[in-house]
Amino acid sequence: MAAANQLTALLNNMYATGLLDEQFQQLQMLQDASSPDFVSEVITLFCEDGDRIISELAKLLEKPSVDFDRVDAYVHQLKGSSASVGAQKVKNTCIQFREFCQSRSRDGCLKTLDSVRTEFYDLRGKFQTMLQLQRQLHGFYPK
Amino acid sequence: MAVATETPFHVLAVDDSLPDRKLIERLLKTSSFQVTTVDSGSKALEFLGIHGEDSSPPVSVHADQLEVAVNLIITDYCMPGMTGYDLLKKIKESTSLRDIPVVIMSSENIPSRINRCLEEGADEFFLKPVRLSDMSKLKPHILKSRCKEHYHQEQHQQSDSNSNECSNPTNSNSNECSNSRKRKAEDNEEVLPQTNRSRHS
Repeated sequence: MAAANQLTALLNNMYATGLLDEQFQQLQMLQDASSPDFVSEVITLFCEDGDRIISELAKLLEKPSVDFDRVDAYVHQLKGSSASVGAQKVKNTCIQFREFCQSRSRDGCLKTLDSVRTEFYDLRGKFQTMLQLQRQLHGFYPK
Repeated sequence: MAVATETPFHVLAVDDSLPDRKLIERLLKTSSFQVTTVDSGSKALEFLGIHGEDSSPPVSVHADQLEVAVNLIITDYCMPGMTGYDLLKKIKESTSLRDIPVVIMSSENIPSRINRCLEEGADEFFLKPVRLSDMSKLKPHILKSRCKEHYHQEQHQQSDSNSNECSNPTNSNSNECSNSRKRKAEDNEEVLPQTNRSRHS
C-alpha cells in the first residue's frame, strides 16, 4: 500500500532529522484497542497548546519592556509538552530559548522564537500528514 | 479479612499542561488504575476535601466527595500558583490526607529540589517524561500506606497515645489491608471524640 510506505518513510524521516525522539515510540506503545486514538489526541493537544504558547510568546516579546520571567514560564511549558510527545527539535530549541530568557536577551529571545516557530509548524504539518495517512490505513491495518 | 481486588486503586493526577495530563492519564489507565485528573493544586485540594488554609468544617464538602477514596496523588512540580511542593505540604499537614502517598513529577533534574520533596514526605520523584516502566513503582507505595493507615486507626481506637511511625504493625494487621481508604466527614481536620469510627464495614 502506498500509504503504508509513505507513513513509514515519513516517520523514518522525522526520526532521522531529529524532529522526533524515542519518546514518540513510548506514546505509540500506549495506544491499543481500548484507546485507539490516543496518539492522535495527544498530538492534537500538543499542537493546540504549542500554537497558543507561541502566540503568547510573540505578544510578550513585542512589549517595550519584556517580562522575561513570564516568557521563561511559557517556554518552560512548551519545553515540557514537547518532551512529553517526543518533539526533540522543538524541545532543544526551547532549552536554548530559556538561556536567553535567563540572560535577559531580547534579541536572543526573538531569534529563538523564530526558530521555535519554524520548527513547530514544520512538525505540526508532518504530524497532520501522519494522522491523515494513518486514517487512510486504518481500515486495512487496524491497530 | 478478604483482600479487595475488585476495585482498582484510584490515583489523582495533577498537572497544568493538557498534553501531559492526557499522557499521565493514559499511563495510569494502562496500568489498571482508576484516574482523576485536575489542572491545579487548588483543584486537587478541593477534590480531596480541603478548602484553602482555613480548616473548613467537613459540612462544606460535597456529599459525593465524601466517599471518594484516593489511594495515591501524583503531581507535577512546576505549576502556576500552587506548586507541587506546596500541594505536598498541604497534604502532609492534613490529618485526613497525610497517609496518602504523593509522587512528584518534574522535567528538571535538580537534586536539591528532589531532596526537598522527599524530605517533605514525597514517596517518589519521577523525571518527566514519565514512562510506563515508572508505573510499577506506584503500587508498592499504595500498599505500604494502607497498612500504615490501618495501624494508625487501630492505635487511635485503642488509646489516646500518638503513634507516629508504623514500625511494628500489630498482629491484627498482619494481613493485607482490605478496604480502600474512605474519607468520611468526621475524619476531616477536626479532633474527634472517641466514637465508633470503624471504617471497615
